[in-house]
Amino acid sequence: MSMRVAIFATCLVDGLFPDVGIATVRLLERLGHRVEFPTAQSCCGQMHVNTGYPAQALPLVRNHVAAFAGYDAIVAPSGSCVGAVRHQHAEIAERFGDGALRADVSAIAARTYELSEYLVDVLAVTDVGAYFPHRVTYHPTCHSLRVLRVGDRPLRLLREVSGLDLRELPSADQCCGFGGTFAVKNAEVSSAMLADKVASVRASGAEFCCASDSSCLMHIGGGLSRSRNGVRTMHLAEILAATR
Amino acid sequence: MTFLGMPGAPTGVGQLRGDRSFPEAARDALANGQLRANLAHATTTIRGKRASVVAELPDWAELRAAGAAIKDDVLANLDSYLLQLEERVTERGGHVHWARDATEANRIVTDLVRGTGAREVVKVKSMATQEIGLNEALADAGITAVETDLAELIVQLGHDRPSHILVPAIHRNRGEIRDIFLSEMGDVDPALSDEPAALAEAARRYLRRRFLQASVAISGGNFAVAETGTLTVVESEGNGRMCLTLPRTLITVLGIEKVVPTWRDLEVFLQLLPRSSTGERMNPYTSFWTGAVEGQEFHLVLLDNGRTATLADPHGRSALRCIRCSACLNVCPVYERVGGHAYGSVYPGPIGAVLSPQLTGVTDNASLPFASTLCGACYDVCPVAIDIPTMLTHLRARVIEDKASARRVPTPERAGMGAVAWTMRNPRRWRRALRLVGPGSRALRGSALLRRLGPLAGWTRTRDLPPPPAGSFRDWWQARR
Repeated sequence: MSMRVAIFATCLVDGLFPDVGIATVRLLERLGHRVEFPTAQSCCGQMHVNTGYPAQALPLVRNHVAAFAGYDAIVAPSGSCVGAVRHQHAEIAERFGDGALRADVSAIAARTYELSEYLVDVLAVTDVGAYFPHRVTYHPTCHSLRVLRVGDRPLRLLREVSGLDLRELPSADQCCGFGGTFAVKNAEVSSAMLADKVASVRASGAEFCCASDSSCLMHIGGGLSRSRNGVRTMHLAEILAATR
Repeated sequence: MTFLGMPGAPTGVGQLRGDRSFPEAARDALANGQLRANLAHATTTIRGKRASVVAELPDWAELRAAGAAIKDDVLANLDSYLLQLEERVTERGGHVHWARDATEANRIVTDLVRGTGAREVVKVKSMATQEIGLNEALADAGITAVETDLAELIVQLGHDRPSHILVPAIHRNRGEIRDIFLSEMGDVDPALSDEPAALAEAARRYLRRRFLQASVAISGGNFAVAETGTLTVVESEGNGRMCLTLPRTLITVLGIEKVVPTWRDLEVFLQLLPRSSTGERMNPYTSFWTGAVEGQEFHLVLLDNGRTATLADPHGRSALRCIRCSACLNVCPVYERVGGHAYGSVYPGPIGAVLSPQLTGVTDNASLPFASTLCGACYDVCPVAIDIPTMLTHLRARVIEDKASARRVPTPERAGMGAVAWTMRNPRRWRRALRLVGPGSRALRGSALLRRLGPLAGWTRTRDLPPPPAGSFRDWWQARR
């Protein structure tokens, strides 16, 4: 049996957070899986859909479908982008009456997994052999929590990391306030939400705030960095990829 | 997208629009520390109560699905259910009036009150009458409307506006309420404490006189059963029942989406509503009445005010499932930070962000669909499963289209979004663009001026930019192979 596994890096990771993509590849390879990176991929189009530009998202959806055709599994280090693939792509295909695209996006969506889903559900592994001797708190991002329903999968993975001291995040299920273009269109409200999240992260006593979405981490990290409290952000993939 | 022949809620009447955009109004609310503390305390408390009483029902998911299905059937067959309701109410001696919009509804109610000769009416808490600005219309006709729900009374006496669907004075704390009572009630004990029991007693004495004097009452309705013509009010304080039974004339203003087909359907909603709204298993008072009782006159005003226009949009119509429980407000991180006034409409929070722009048309309330991070907490708690996040993205697209149709030159945002999509849709262009990310973000870090440009300014005021990447992920991938 040779599964063809593709990394869906997401545009944000590809452009701004390459270490998260590299960690995802190294982690899966360490677990004995060969992965490919289809270079035709770019963006799932979520930003366009969420900002009110579905027509501009349509070619991105088409591009996504073309880039990932033929893979048995598609793994992304992002709950939000996987959520867009599973829910928004079908809406876009329907909105523009493209029946063939509708079938294609369903096929792709059924094979697309957020990293923790792929590890726990498909590879049936929670101990990935990672070592990370630090105090870590986990922020469950809204889309992984409420769109994908990943539940405690990321926590089960983190609990098996050797040396890791997992700290509870107060009011963990509260949104960090990022929300894509919300962060600039409603910058004050976004910042008020961020201030509360930063306070919760501090209260957890953690050295690192971990999450499964680089977008939310960019926001939380921007706030942590501005408050100069020494706490840093780290993507789940980076912690799981870390070894002794 | 416009729906020809479907009038929305008219301008200049009622309370569905603010005079400022959401981000502007939110800025003031955020600066009010007392408001934020009151809101955070109140929403956290109600949130916890709701979660525990919902968790104890093993069939909550089925109830929720049933609630959604019943409402969808109502919406698909609204014309026949409404006619059935009219027929049954009329058979039982009630009078049914049809109001196309707020202006018509206000005129109908004002004329009815005038006809009785009454100068003062008592009111049951009602969103529909606030939506149409009935109290103001009555005041213009020299008629005083007295709100008898405790929180509505606090809002009315405080010359204030409600900021929550269920708890309209959520932005007020005990001390503020005592001060309002002391200055506005007239004959209240000057030593009034801010103990809830003492405040309630002061309100009780004040209201009791109004109940006994009133000859006309005005209510809304939570549900109207088409098969029997029965109206329902669900409440906690008993003031509603006083209004519904004591005065000689009862006038009920009901949004046309409030009809349910049968009594059996109430079984579903009377479980969904109290658990979702007050976090109670059952609400203290549920009143039913059918037509007019002997010695009493009953008028039912059926209100459209943009509802038919909302019904015409297949992606927006499920907002009409809403039973006004306000669970979505209590879990909304945006609402919790800014409160209800920032939304400008009597319908605040997530449901307001989808309902208000649909009732008015998206040209008004254009900023409301953007007043959300799309975190999805509202959809999770909605007892009739309104997918508010998806509806918000749909309404955002309608706002963008509406703006584009009003101007020849694309907005900078539209141009930017188009350019990004044009770049990303082509792998070669995207690869080239990625090579600019590193140098671009290094330039931004180096220049305070650049960081203050455009949307970046909104970001950098409270957040640092991420460190510039050494290269793209695909650079690493290709170098490794």
